[in-house]
Amino acid sequence: MFQVRVHGRGGQGVVTAAEILSVAGFIEGKHTQAFPSFGSERMGAPVMAFCRLDQQPIRLREPVSRPDLVMVQDDSLLLHPGVLAGQGSDAWLILNTHARREDLQALPGLQSFRADRILTLPATEIGREHTGRPLPNAAMLGACTVLAELPDEAAVLRALEQKFPGESGRRNAAAARAGRLTVQEYL
Amino acid sequence: MDQQLEGSQAIARAVGLCRPQVISCYPITPQTHIVETLSAMVKDRRLPGCEFINVESEFSALSVLIGASAVGARTYTATASQGLLFMAEAVYNAAGLGLPLVMTIGNRAIGAPINIWNDHSDSMAMRDAGWIQLYASSNQEAVDLHIQAFRLAEELSCPVMVCVDGFVLTHAFERVRLPEQEEVDRFLPPYDPVQVLDPADPLSIGAMVGPEAFYEVRYLAHQKQLKALELIPQLQQEYEALTGRASGGLLHGYHHEDAELIMVALGSETGTLMDVVDELRGEGLRVGCIDLCAFRPFPYDALRELLQSARSIVSIEKNLSVGQGGVVAGNISRAVRGREVSIHTVIAGLGGRPVTRASVKQLIKRIFSEGELEEPYFLDLKRDVVDRELTRQHEKRRSGPVAENIIRDLALTGGARE
Repeated sequence: MFQVRVHGRGGQGVVTAAEILSVAGFIEGKHTQAFPSFGSERMGAPVMAFCRLDQQPIRLREPVSRPDLVMVQDDSLLLHPGVLAGQGSDAWLILNTHARREDLQALPGLQSFRADRILTLPATEIGREHTGRPLPNAAMLGACTVLAELPDEAAVLRALEQKFPGESGRRNAAAARAGRLTVQEYL
Repeated sequence: MDQQLEGSQAIARAVGLCRPQVISCYPITPQTHIVETLSAMVKDRRLPGCEFINVESEFSALSVLIGASAVGARTYTATASQGLLFMAEAVYNAAGLGLPLVMTIGNRAIGAPINIWNDHSDSMAMRDAGWIQLYASSNQEAVDLHIQAFRLAEELSCPVMVCVDGFVLTHAFERVRLPEQEEVDRFLPPYDPVQVLDPADPLSIGAMVGPEAFYEVRYLAHQKQLKALELIPQLQQEYEALTGRASGGLLHGYHHEDAELIMVALGSETGTLMDVVDELRGEGLRVGCIDLCAFRPFPYDALRELLQSARSIVSIEKNLSVGQGGVVAGNISRAVRGREVSIHTVIAGLGGRPVTRASVKQLIKRIFSEGELEEPYFLDLKRDVVDRELTRQHEKRRSGPVAENIIRDLALTGGARE
């Protein structure tokens, strides 16, 4: 089982990100489960969502406490306790930030990730460029597709276009492709 | 066809497949997505012949449905938490009148303190109202239970609550298979009421009944629920023959046949418990679990049968009867009356506290090694937080509101960050 924890702020599409990953996994024939952990449901408040992907049916209902991938949609959340916590030593971090991986400050939480497993991208900018709105979601989802355990680019693009039909879907798909290209440089 | 759907969407579509004629709902978290979806379906004419009646409260929602059901319409509503309590008087009336309404409960805690997260306090508060109560362990089962619920309700002329864990299921996206319309039509014939208000053949429903008759009316309501103990497994088999899925029924056992210790639970946590069973079996402990799907009527005989090999029973409950303990454990103990078996009540997951594999595993191992447990046992209770509040109360009479004190305490000690 591969477990993802998504962190962001209300309005950034945290819950949608987990949903789209689960739909993309489903498109690939996997069993997947996505669910939110709602705090106070306000714009801007910290929000968390989870996604599990497996070849077997998933019965487990507890929140993801030991993620294989942590997605952080807002770098102001890095100092928030619980964001960079609980992950295994081989876990991945995909982080929306302008900073390059090598320029990141030595945050204690970041050091618990292997340096080559931290992927950064300016997802908000990419979102603005392709969709006209400062939403990091699609670019972050595109970035996810470089990980072998997660759905591939075609599945994520299809899930995005299902969720956002028409022009909006095409723009989100473009943002996802750009997000993928950005993090591919690291690999 | 399999689909990846949010629980609420899946439930709304399942209800739609049952061809409801009157829906009346008042939105409340975490049931809102179900209601929104159904109202959109009515507006888009995806539910031909169905009327969605907007109301100003849950009390009105259920009252409207009582009227609609009494004139022969297939009716549906959904609520949660305080919403269910607000409609409480009508909840009892619907059952007392023998009207076959179907209602989804998106299970949520009851305030105060206000809390939007999942536990079973709401449906448990209405457990004696005369409704059949079915608990879904997954979204697939939630879909299937709703379709079975309409048939069950209408065959017995008794209302049915389908209890679905708020957020954990209502907001979870997972793989779900919705039956085809023609499959549902074969399983669920048009509603044929046993009593109906009809101007062409006038009668009255809801008479005042004195001591000379009330008792017998109640007795018959009880007998009707007992009939559900036979009908629920029959409908499950018929549904399984149609769809290939074993959803529903009175209860499901998992590795219970030779288990020394059996955990019993309702709703979505049973999935987590099955994973715990696998892990503990891997360590050589003979553990099993039982998922109670029907809670009212309570399946005493079927449960007794499945608990055959247990020397220890652990009732893991998402409710607290304050001053008593867990509601379910008392029912379980009657099911195993006369047997040498210890029953432990574990209160878990109140107000959305996650029920985790790690905590349940640790607890079960403790029961194996020590045999004893405080009764009831509060899983993952923050004892230090409780002790500090008790100290505050001891030191000062005007120590302030408990909920606010504990929030402040957690903020200051870093406990809120867990």
